[in-house]
Amino acid sequence: MGFMAVIGFAVARLRNLFAVVMLTGLFSLTAAVLYVILDAVDVAFTEAAVGAGISTVLMLGTLALTSSEERVEKSGGSKWALVLVVVTGCVLVYGTLDMPPFGDPTAAIHHHVAPYYLEKSGQEIGLPNVVTSVLASYRGYDTLGEVFVIFTAAIGVLLIIGRPQFGRRRSHRMLVGELHESMRTNVILRVGSKLLIPVILLFALYVQWHGDFGPGGGFQAGVIFASGFILYALIFDIDTARTMIPARTTRLFLVFGVLLYAGVGVAGLVLGGNFLDYSVLAADPVSGQHLGILLIEFGVGSTVAAAMISIFFTFARQEH
Amino acid sequence: MEFIGLINYWIVIVLMMTGFYIVIAHDNLVKKIVGLNIFQVSVFVFYITMAKVKGGTAPILAEGITTYSNPLPHVLILTAIVVGVATTALGLGLVVRIRKEYDTIEEDEIHQMDEDS
Repeated sequence: MGFMAVIGFAVARLRNLFAVVMLTGLFSLTAAVLYVILDAVDVAFTEAAVGAGISTVLMLGTLALTSSEERVEKSGGSKWALVLVVVTGCVLVYGTLDMPPFGDPTAAIHHHVAPYYLEKSGQEIGLPNVVTSVLASYRGYDTLGEVFVIFTAAIGVLLIIGRPQFGRRRSHRMLVGELHESMRTNVILRVGSKLLIPVILLFALYVQWHGDFGPGGGFQAGVIFASGFILYALIFDIDTARTMIPARTTRLFLVFGVLLYAGVGVAGLVLGGNFLDYSVLAADPVSGQHLGILLIEFGVGSTVAAAMISIFFTFARQEH
Repeated sequence: MEFIGLINYWIVIVLMMTGFYIVIAHDNLVKKIVGLNIFQVSVFVFYITMAKVKGGTAPILAEGITTYSNPLPHVLILTAIVVGVATTALGLGLVVRIRKEYDTIEEDEIHQMDEDS
């Protein structure tokens, strides 16, 4: 954790935004390691896939479209900011004095619904991974909301900078224009990525369907799946990648995932249960839960993957 | 001994304040988004820290294990990370758009241009 703090300070000091972005990638990776140490394997998985992968690529894309050097600012003004930050920090540290010590099993957080999930989910849902049970079944509403947020964010990006006519004109430079020439001719990159991409996609599918039993699930699988395509688009050509998975397809999956999730909820209603109650989907509650979780994880996966792919392509299609 | 148990929280606060400082003290919009990200990660670490139970293991049910860490914060943070990257992408999209209109991503220059016009 000390390492994370050091990276944080470095980010605050550095003016070169390229270095800052690289450091944030490293920062996320350190955070992922920390999550593993703290037993949060699912979270670590997500952080490693998202923080060190997709968000770094997006940040680099923005830098390529804007400028990679921060202007050196005149001094003054930031002193007050520093004072404010230190004061706020002191107040927060004072607040932590009332917090339960690290790892204390008697802390209030462990005595409300958490023991119920841990004890009952094995029988009620029948899945070993409690995180998946809680995510998809007990807290299905929350997750539905999150999926809608991702959906909305992707739509927002498409609306703000995704004017499709830019992409069709060849005169516009691609985002990774200069990089491209060297990358396309580099044999190691081409062969290596060709070997890697099928494995990445296969791994994404494994994570998708195995999320009930081990760490994984729709969120991670969607991100990994998207990163396979993004790697292809980076190494080869954005237009080639776009013909392989056209905008229409990604938009279709973007909507399909959300509709599938909500549709499973409505199906529960029609069959006489509550919204997002999967117990009524099959003959006995446990297999109903299985089916429901499998379906909505697939919905989550397809929305996340489609959102990430379309966001990436929207950035990559900008004029330089 | 009492303070050893709180050191995780303090590092979280240091990280959080670093992010906060970047957001309020820098004019560069990309840097501001990076600051927000650091702030965000610090909140994640805070949640995961609270979820840890001493002697517990990852919340995947297995025979012979009785103590698990709390799964609920894991669920919240897992979805929050993916939502976080989606909203970051939205923010970066806005930055790209602003750059197109104003040809700068420094906040004070943008304000200056608004006043001049």
